[in-house]
Amino acid sequence: MNRILKSRLLWPLVALAALLLACTVRRPDILGITVLDGHLFGAPIDILRNSAPLLLVALGMTLVIATRGIDLSVGATVAIAGAVAMTFIASSPDPGSVGTAVGAVVVALGLCLVLGLWNGFLVSSLGIQPIIATLILMTAGRGVAMLITGGQITTVNSAPFAQLASGFWLGLPVAALIAYGVYGVVALLVRRTALGMLLESVGINPKASRLAGVKARTLTWTVYALSGLFAGLAGLIFASNTMAADANNAGLFIELDAILAVVIGGTALSGGKFNLGGTLVGVLVITTLTLTVTVLGVSPLVTPLFKAIVVVAVTLLQSPRLRATLAGLGRTRPQEVRA
Amino acid sequence: MKRKTFLRSAAAAASIAAVAALTACGGGGDTGAAAGDGGGGDTISIGFSQVGAESGWRAANTKSIQDTLTAENGFELSFSDAQQKQENQIQAIRSYIAQGMDVIAFSPVVETGWDAVLQEAKNAGIPVILTDRAVDTEDDSLYESFIGSDFVLEGERAGQWVAENFDGQGLKMVELQGTTGSAPAIDRKEGFAKAVEGTDIELIDSQTGDFTRAGGKQVMEGFLNSHDQIDLVFAHNDDMGLGAIEAIEAAGLTPGEDIKIVTIDAVKDGMQALADGKINYIVECNPMLGEDLAEVAKKVVAGEEVEKRIVVEDAEFTQEQAAEALPTREY
Repeated sequence: MNRILKSRLLWPLVALAALLLACTVRRPDILGITVLDGHLFGAPIDILRNSAPLLLVALGMTLVIATRGIDLSVGATVAIAGAVAMTFIASSPDPGSVGTAVGAVVVALGLCLVLGLWNGFLVSSLGIQPIIATLILMTAGRGVAMLITGGQITTVNSAPFAQLASGFWLGLPVAALIAYGVYGVVALLVRRTALGMLLESVGINPKASRLAGVKARTLTWTVYALSGLFAGLAGLIFASNTMAADANNAGLFIELDAILAVVIGGTALSGGKFNLGGTLVGVLVITTLTLTVTVLGVSPLVTPLFKAIVVVAVTLLQSPRLRATLAGLGRTRPQEVRA
Repeated sequence: MKRKTFLRSAAAAASIAAVAALTACGGGGDTGAAAGDGGGGDTISIGFSQVGAESGWRAANTKSIQDTLTAENGFELSFSDAQQKQENQIQAIRSYIAQGMDVIAFSPVVETGWDAVLQEAKNAGIPVILTDRAVDTEDDSLYESFIGSDFVLEGERAGQWVAENFDGQGLKMVELQGTTGSAPAIDRKEGFAKAVEGTDIELIDSQTGDFTRAGGKQVMEGFLNSHDQIDLVFAHNDDMGLGAIEAIEAAGLTPGEDIKIVTIDAVKDGMQALADGKINYIVECNPMLGEDLAEVAKKVVAGEEVEKRIVVEDAEFTQEQAAEALPTREY
């Protein structure tokens, strides 16, 4: 019991349960899942699907933060991926074909991988502080995306590409399958091999781990490349969701949501120990929050405040010092009785 | 902090480049004017600061201005894109003042905070014309004229059509609002509510979709999950309506039939959806402000009186009209 109470994941999970409960109180049947046209349909499925882009970005962010870094450029990368894919499809002779859609995905992901490698190069080889290194792409990236789309919102019709966000496979949304699939593979890689431990050692002390024979530079480079790649994948899902590339608004502030998800999940920004399970819970809390706002009918004027209160409550409850203080209060009371 | 400094130096670099470009243009303009003295007819130098390129509507608006204020029509246009930041817009206006433009025109990103820079323009004796969006100021001598659509009227016309066609059926309606606090969102909501007052159409939910497709889709998904019956969607712009269409289709319903959709803007994708029967009615928000702007700018420079408020003519479209208008539509 004590161990459960001490777990950093407890409070985010409580918050998630509370949000879902609030929805259920308002609409008792909201968590029901029905079968519609051969696939599953309902609010939980929507949450899974809508959480896909954020999960991918937060996954990359967790790995980067584990090495004591941060990647602010993911939002811009999301915009670039969408811009490249949409422009590729729009300019191809046969927009509706499967080949075009696959080509768009490959080109966009390739470019995003290069962007991630660029970040990794700045951080690991040139030794620039991560926040500065990724800031370059964060500020310049949307400009690049605007350049690609020519300042327009590029819209296309491509049934195969639309499958990425709106399609279903085995009754489940394709977007969720991709994001949770990638998450599963990464989780296996870092937790079933020594990779996770090596990442943590780089985050705790890069110099010591290098002296101990850990290839710190390669690892750092790799996590930034992965972060770029995952952000690119998120960007494709984002673009597919609306079949439009909006260089200004696609993935706007997603880097902050991703960092928030990582922090809610109990990974410290100072690097070292990281918690992928926590990141998943953090992502689900943030996505469910958006649904809760709609279901509860919170006025748009106070929506940001409502979200802030939930986040502040979760992070406060997680704080070890505050919990110790609260526990201390609980303990002093019986002493007063004795006195 | 670091980001601010970086942005500031980037903006400074951009404005230096802009000033350099303007000097070049100004130089060209002078020789043109000097040559024109012999032949008659001066060119009017006009600086225009656009909000950004956030929607299809804005792109059409930019094109209209660039296509109208040309050298053939007697204008020397300096165009700048503020990328949705007031800071950039104020910088652009200052550089236009420094260049001694004949006229400055802009679409304000936000409503407030313009008094100081507009006063500078006034002190320099440069007339200012607002397009599309108004500014909120006590002193309306700071600008010559405001050209743009009447957002309240747009909402009202959408509401009137709904009232005429659906009153008496007890419909349940949801609303997708524009960006919270923006003039079009506030005014369209107000106009629509006024028009459907007294009918049995019931507004069961209203939430912001931020004028974007993604926003419209996500909010509509939430609505569909939390209400048993929705008959009608009123979206403050086409993009949110298009997002709602996707959410409705994903829920296995037919947009335009099971759930009626009414929007405002009439951009190309919206008109296409209207012609395809997925939207039921669109009230236009006319982006073709170029010609009005050209006319007002000429009058202002000639010292003639202009109207303080010029309302642009907006059309409205049913599904049949959209199918007819679509092939010849410019935006």
